[in-house]
Amino acid sequence: MPDTPLETKKITAAKKMRELMTHYYIDALSASQNNKQVAWITSGGPVEPLLAMDIIPVYPENHGAMIGAAKMGENLCEKAENMGYSSDLCAYARADIACSVFKGGPLGGLPKPDMLICCNNICGTVLKWYEVQARFYNVPLFILDTPVCHTGYTAEIARYVQAQVDEYIAFLETLTKRKFNRDKMARIGKLSIDAQRLWQKVLNTTAHKPSPMSAFDAFFFLALIVTLRGTQIAVDFYTDLLAEMEERIKNNISSIPNERYRLLWDNLPIWYQLKWMSGKFSEHHACLVADTYTSAWCGTLDYIDEHHYLDSMAQAYTRIYLNIGVDQMADQVIDMVRWYAADGLVMHSNRSCKPYSFGQMDIMRIVREKTNIPVLMIEADMVDPGNFSQSQVETRIDAFMEIVKHRGHGYDVCRH
Amino acid sequence: MKEIESFHDAIRDVSAIAYTIKKKSKKIIGYLCSYAPEELIVAAGCHPMRLFSSKSDIVLAENHLQAYCCSLVRGVLEDSLSGRLDFLDGTVFPHTCDSIQRLSDIWRMNGRYEFFADVVLPAKLNTQSARTYMKDVLTRFKTDLEAATGKTITDADLSDAIKKVNLIRNHLSTIYTLNSRNPGLITGGDLYAIVKGSMVMDRDIVADLLPVIVTRLEQTQPPVTSAKRIVVSGSICDSPVFYTAIEAAGGVIVGDDLCTGQRWFEGKISEDIDPLTAISERYMDRMNCPAKHTTLTARGENLLALAEKNTAHGIIFMLQKFCDPHAFDTPYLKKFLDEKKIKHMVLEMDDQQQRSGQLSTRIETFIHMI
Ligand code: SF4
Ligand code: SF4
Repeated sequence: MPDTPLETKKITAAKKMRELMTHYYIDALSASQNNKQVAWITSGGPVEPLLAMDIIPVYPENHGAMIGAAKMGENLCEKAENMGYSSDLCAYARADIACSVFKGGPLGGLPKPDMLICCNNICGTVLKWYEVQARFYNVPLFILDTPVCHTGYTAEIARYVQAQVDEYIAFLETLTKRKFNRDKMARIGKLSIDAQRLWQKVLNTTAHKPSPMSAFDAFFFLALIVTLRGTQIAVDFYTDLLAEMEERIKNNISSIPNERYRLLWDNLPIWYQLKWMSGKFSEHHACLVADTYTSAWCGTLDYIDEHHYLDSMAQAYTRIYLNIGVDQMADQVIDMVRWYAADGLVMHSNRSCKPYSFGQMDIMRIVREKTNIPVLMIEADMVDPGNFSQSQVETRIDAFMEIVKHRGHGYDVCRH
Repeated sequence: MKEIESFHDAIRDVSAIAYTIKKKSKKIIGYLCSYAPEELIVAAGCHPMRLFSSKSDIVLAENHLQAYCCSLVRGVLEDSLSGRLDFLDGTVFPHTCDSIQRLSDIWRMNGRYEFFADVVLPAKLNTQSARTYMKDVLTRFKTDLEAATGKTITDADLSDAIKKVNLIRNHLSTIYTLNSRNPGLITGGDLYAIVKGSMVMDRDIVADLLPVIVTRLEQTQPPVTSAKRIVVSGSICDSPVFYTAIEAAGGVIVGDDLCTGQRWFEGKISEDIDPLTAISERYMDRMNCPAKHTTLTARGENLLALAEKNTAHGIIFMLQKFCDPHAFDTPYLKKFLDEKKIKHMVLEMDDQQQRSGQLSTRIETFIHMI
């Protein structure tokens, strides 16, 4: 039955995920009523010690993504510009800075922080952004400085980051006036590792043809590994999600009808265009099966020692995807192309995120040379729609898909 | 003054300077920012050469860096790819902003020169562990240089290098002070040439010329002027037009916190302690670049102090388009100045805009207003 589309159906875990996120934000927003402290932390920051201290972590970047997805980015970014913040700055930072003052966004603003934890393993932007917020809220700022591993993790970097892990704990002890509980830390560390492993397994399921989920789903399901890693909730949720994916594979349920082409995505998503984009690619029977972004939250599992979480944490947080050399990033992209059997690579040149976007053109060249797959680069911005032209992007996607189709790597699931 | 002319000559044709230096069989190590440990390069018997964009059209760099990258980073990469920097034996990239971070990778991967080093400095400069780490990375760089030159860098080499750079920085500082005390003692164009020249010329020659210039300036009768006293704040200012435009509008630059100005040369290295420690202490303690963290308000306080010390009438922010670290600080710096009722103006430019006449008009309007 060559022309009958395979069954596609919604992923049921999505509903649960929405509930969990709602609960998480309700908890965070009512923290002060419950005498709990709130820490704002960067997405790639070591959250586990906060959980060990019963501090509620809040992620301005996750909030930024919500603002983007709710299409509220333009307005907030504009407000930031009126405050004097250049429109060339990262839109997460702009939206968040404006939100603190004007209380906009889908939540009416984040809960006020008692402290700020900034880990610069993703960019230098967060350092500046958190300085702005530390001045605004007048709260202590802890910086976990993770030097870039251009060519490797040197002994001096190891010593420096390790020393800061101790400083981090001392900082938390001072602010909470409580002793750090190492046993609790070990338990949380274990939960964090478990969740990361499960998340990796969920992402791995998309190597199956046809893919049971897409990168667009991954962008959505990512929120929990960012915000709730280190909790049983995340472990339970990803256990269920993994089971659902395996079930879908067993029943041949695919993410898009008639998957024929498999693509890899690079950089952050274009949050305000997810729906349109996934529709656009699926029109071409192309599934974005994987991406470099969502795997950043499980990419350093190899460096973690389950039995010595706190000691190995330094290395794991320092060697994440964005904090390594462009050549190493290219190697990882190539590994992904092969593992997911991608027919093409779509790179989002994201005006907001310079460390993610500069170097992309070299990665593009290397991927072309080493894998021979076509690569498309689209110019956009993850949150600020001012830098996105739908018609232009559409034309480019259409042209790119013609090339992908022409190369004949595509396959028809129905005929298998 | 013929000594000043030497600086003008040097910056007019940097590659000519470079080839003269090479003839002395000195290796040339290029760098892009004021965190590059020049002292170590000098101690290694090499020549530290600060790189500026030649502001040529971007053609080859288009294949590596998107248009929303700052024009310094794109411009210098263009110069390298097109062979204009072939006199280099190597480069060193201290870690500062995200754009330089990626430039370092791209540069290394396209490796055109024999020597390459990253000096992955700490991003925060206010803790003991960062202090230890700073010294560790400088020690690593010293080892890298030794491997490249095949020569051991002794403490005596380091002490000599420290004395030399201290002398240079000291004299640049004196020239600034003299000019601030007697505005117009030296023209903006001369000041620009001296500072820029000191970053590219053979340091032995610079060390000989600057004391002569200082002595001459001390003997010069300052002109009577009612020029408006301006402090410049920002990253790099590699635009002679800017200096002349300020003068033409009736202003005089009396101080700055530029990476290519006072931030580069202020702060003496102690000559009494272990040299490597002394060098790293200076990088920890001098006025920080916004890509580095010291305190939440250090840059604001420094700018106010600069304005007050030099009794500035106004501040001009020179922002490079797409420069994140500086753009993030501008709103708070402006607020600091507003609170003290110090007038200010933001000029955002890239290398293309530097050529336009718009710049002069805006500077004129500002100077007339203050
Ligand atoms: S989007 Fe990029 S620049 Fe913005 S916070 Fe994230 S990593 Fe940093
Ligand atoms: S001008 Fe700004 S963005 Fe450009 S290299 Fe300097 S600090 Fe980085």
